[in-house]
Amino acid sequence: MTINLDWGIFLQESPTGDGPYWTMLATGLQWTLATALTGWAIALLVGSIVGVLRTVPYRPLALLGDAYVEVFRNIPLLVQLFFWFFVWPELLPAEIGRWMKQDMPYPEFITAALGLGWFTAARVAEQVKSGILSLPRGQKNAALALGFSLPQTYRLVILPQAFRVVIPPLTSEFMNIFKNSAAALAIGLTELTFQMKQMVEYSNEVIVSIAAATVLYMMLAFAVNRGMAWLEKKARVPGMIGGGR
Amino acid sequence: MNSNVAPMIRFVNVNKWYGRDHHVLKNINLEVRQGEVVVVCGPSGSGKSTLIRTINQLEPINDGEIWVDGVRANDPRTDINKLREEVGFVFQHFNLYPHLSVLDNITLAPIQVKKVPKDLAERTAMELLERVGLANKKDAYPANLSGGQQQRVAIARGLAMNPHVMLFDEPTSALDPEMIGEVLAVMKQLAESGMTMMVVTHEMGFAREVADRVIFLDHGEIVEDAKPDDFFTNPQTERARQFLRQILAPLHQ
Repeated sequence: MTINLDWGIFLQESPTGDGPYWTMLATGLQWTLATALTGWAIALLVGSIVGVLRTVPYRPLALLGDAYVEVFRNIPLLVQLFFWFFVWPELLPAEIGRWMKQDMPYPEFITAALGLGWFTAARVAEQVKSGILSLPRGQKNAALALGFSLPQTYRLVILPQAFRVVIPPLTSEFMNIFKNSAAALAIGLTELTFQMKQMVEYSNEVIVSIAAATVLYMMLAFAVNRGMAWLEKKARVPGMIGGGR
Repeated sequence: MNSNVAPMIRFVNVNKWYGRDHHVLKNINLEVRQGEVVVVCGPSGSGKSTLIRTINQLEPINDGEIWVDGVRANDPRTDINKLREEVGFVFQHFNLYPHLSVLDNITLAPIQVKKVPKDLAERTAMELLERVGLANKKDAYPANLSGGQQQRVAIARGLAMNPHVMLFDEPTSALDPEMIGEVLAVMKQLAESGMTMMVVTHEMGFAREVADRVIFLDHGEIVEDAKPDDFFTNPQTERARQFLRQILAPLHQ
């Protein structure tokens, strides 16, 4: 059995009228990047807030944070995306729901970025919380004893240390969000995996198409990994952590 | 010392429980006058650390009143952050901020809490570092300092807020023996400068030489409150006598 691979297929015109096949994948890559990066910004912001809430000495706030994590971490991402795309607009006041279904710009992108962001935020919150809890209790007391308010204590003393501790697990989450963005094809976002499927269907070059997408995903993950390693190195404090090598 | 001046620290019938059964502070009444140096000692678990932590409300109390410089610390209407600015606290384990340099450790609170301009805060910090003998370490990070050096920086950090009182919670207990002297020397110098100090410690040499009063705590009660000479040569209670035997001659009990 011989396998025929036509690597020149990328330069051939696709029948969709969007130009050659490589532009098809390039468009997908752009949406993947846009979705993952927007989602990550949301995840970092929301996840940090939720993670902090779970450690504050006010029970209702801590419970609220716990509830967020339970809900968003325990439901499959695909189900969450379906929910935000198909169910959520029906639950809102009719006027807003209609706007979301008919007039909202880039509905697939916005839904995917927000859905992915909220899902990943639960995981980021878990990391941030464990980072905070890993610090010696004396750090908080030392700050309070000098007259810092609780928000100042978090901002100036606790979080700068906690974030340094959790850079490695956050790197994994950052890489995951690129890979998880593939789920958005289920709501019709023309991201990389969606475009790969298109290419498979139109060109019949299954192996070449999937190989191309695979390489692109790996490059993205590698870039994230290197970028975070650079950040980790830049944020390193002499003797503070990472000495166990 | 002027006895008409309101005391710097005053405990009035203070009680504290951990949970329902563990009565850690029992009806504490205590006054520390301005400029006084009071050493608090007692067996492990006697409530010494809890006692000193209630002054700046790192530990809340269940009953009674604590006054610091005329302000009631355990009143919910008191701005506790404001009060803590006036009360320096030195911990057993130093608790320097590991992500900041020595200089930034000292200037962080003055800049952020008291809104002191950065250059002024740094000048004050350098003066304090001179005082504790560590000016050459201003750019070092805590992890690169010895325990004794870290504790001296921690004292400078507390002093940078220009407090009216300094509290020390077993400041030398986590130190290697050869570093205890350098920290006690800084504390002695501070006492001589007129600072009001309350010190939980087992360093009886420091108590004898520097303290104005020694308070002996056992099972959450103040058992003795005496001048150092009286406490060491003529303790009034059997519990204090036993404690002194254990701490001064641990091999000969």
